[in-house]
Amino acid sequence: MNKTAITSVVALIFSIAAQTSQAQDEINALVWCDHTDPEFIQPFEQANNVKVNLKDYEGTGTALSIIEQSQPGDWDVFVVDGVDVPRVVEAGLLAPLPENGLPTADLFPEIVMPETHVIDGKTYAITEKFGYNTISYNKNTVDAADMKDISVMWDEKYKGKIALYDYYLPMIGLVAISLGIDTANIQESDLPAIKEKLFAMKAVAKQVGEVVSSQTAIATGEVDILVGGGEWVTAGLTGELPHLDWIIPDQGAVRWSQSVGVFADSKKPDLALKFVQYILSPEGQARLATSSCYWAMPANSKAGDHLNDQQKAALRWDDQKGYLANTQLYPVPSAELDAKMQDIWTEFLQQ
Amino acid sequence: MPSEAALQRKGWAFVVPALLWTLAFFIIPFAVMVMYSLWQRAGTSLVKTWSFDNYASFFEKSHFVAGLINSLEITALVTVISIVLAYPLAWIIAERVSPRWQRMALILAILPFWTSYVVRSYAWLLVLSRNGYLNQTLINLGVIDTPLEIAATRVATVTGFVHFFVMLLTLTIYANLVQLSPNYRRAAADLGANGFQTFWHVILPLTIPGVMVGAFLTFVLCIGDYITPQILGGNNELVLPQIIMLQITRRADFPTAAALSIILMVVISIAYIACARWLKMERT
Repeated sequence: MNKTAITSVVALIFSIAAQTSQAQDEINALVWCDHTDPEFIQPFEQANNVKVNLKDYEGTGTALSIIEQSQPGDWDVFVVDGVDVPRVVEAGLLAPLPENGLPTADLFPEIVMPETHVIDGKTYAITEKFGYNTISYNKNTVDAADMKDISVMWDEKYKGKIALYDYYLPMIGLVAISLGIDTANIQESDLPAIKEKLFAMKAVAKQVGEVVSSQTAIATGEVDILVGGGEWVTAGLTGELPHLDWIIPDQGAVRWSQSVGVFADSKKPDLALKFVQYILSPEGQARLATSSCYWAMPANSKAGDHLNDQQKAALRWDDQKGYLANTQLYPVPSAELDAKMQDIWTEFLQQ
Repeated sequence: MPSEAALQRKGWAFVVPALLWTLAFFIIPFAVMVMYSLWQRAGTSLVKTWSFDNYASFFEKSHFVAGLINSLEITALVTVISIVLAYPLAWIIAERVSPRWQRMALILAILPFWTSYVVRSYAWLLVLSRNGYLNQTLINLGVIDTPLEIAATRVATVTGFVHFFVMLLTLTIYANLVQLSPNYRRAAADLGANGFQTFWHVILPLTIPGVMVGAFLTFVLCIGDYITPQILGGNNELVLPQIIMLQITRRADFPTAAALSIILMVVISIAYIACARWLKMERT
């Protein structure tokens, strides 16, 4: 081997070594599926030369079981139901966020929710997206006027044409609203009445399914109504399936919100915070709102500048004031009440 | 000539890897699962006090027991239907298809194994749904006016399972059939038996071990599966594995999930013992 060849090989080895030393930084985020859309995640990764490893889950119980099976420091960013923030803070999972680094003032005031995000004067999470668990329907096959009354959930007229969203909290919340019980005040003594109505719903329903199967059921015409649906089911499909719509009944519906925070034992808290700031930025918010997994309202009101008219119409941007006034947050049961609710839900599935 | 001690050492050298494997991947995980099943979940924390509360809750909660009953009913249905369909198929391949084409027939039989389990279940959903291929075909042929409600029912779950297990049983029964010496048939014919009598009194009893092995595999795989009922059953009735998954994914309640899993293992073990004893009795 001549001297030039040796020099070339050495140069190549140094070049590879240099590239390795400049390897991408990585953070791990536990998220709902809307964060996995490349359109949303890639701009942050490219701008910061970072790889965001995403693990999507459905339901806080799932997230807690994933965390329980992980080592401390495995996770950096946590997207969680807004109402569950106090219990994950109580479990010591989240670190306080620097208030001056977050655009709290730009958020829709109704979904700032300091009562869940600020504990002992420290902010642990911030709302990033919100929407409604209400009624989605097929305009071509059902009477839209019927959808204005929440009792359509157990209307015999639509027997076999209704799908139910398989998440006990919003569904129990919807039933509570139909019974005139505030979702924030559900007591153990209310459970028998709620159970009776849930079972009545099951009797007329075709199926009970999670996000994907619920969307599939209404999109393919397997069912005409999805109870527990909302803009998160239909808004993203309006281009292809304009006959799908959603409504908040006169009696009201359940409002969900997602919050984002940084894990207390994150090994890269600065990078994790940077990701949270990206999510909350108007650009990040617009991308998250229109994520391929499901659409929903961005928490940051300035995201509107980055959404087109069609997207805003699908999200019902201009109707939010009325919707926010006529909806209630997910129930936040104690551990004991939560266990009883889950038992009822399992019994309901078993009917 | 090696001494007895040397032979023993050699024997242990062959056995130890298998023992270590069993210890690492069965006995230790199983012991951990038993330990978990005796702990309790309280809120978000794990209470490491030993008790049988999780086992007691299985009998106290009717939806848990209903889950086991559903699992047993579905598994029994699937096993019986699969045997009824698989036996003639295996017999045709072994007896009526020329040796040249047998290999092709077997490849066709195992084709479903090459597809992802989840994809196969979703494919069945497309076939069985209200607007699916089956209903559309029947409507176009004028057989029915309104679509049949098959998706999100037990029929859909059983169909999805049977599609898979018929092939598994076909292979085990076929393997048994081709091993039978032709002398059995000749002897039966010499004694005056016709074709049906030969099959009923000679061939069928001799192939029962193959049927039982396939049936047991079907039973174990079917009773432990949660994906097919989840996708095709529409959450309209839960089988025990679905309830176990709910404990983990909704509640992070590993102790209850472990207790339910051990109950399921006990049921499978009973089926195994019954199957093994029956086969032993058959041999004696």
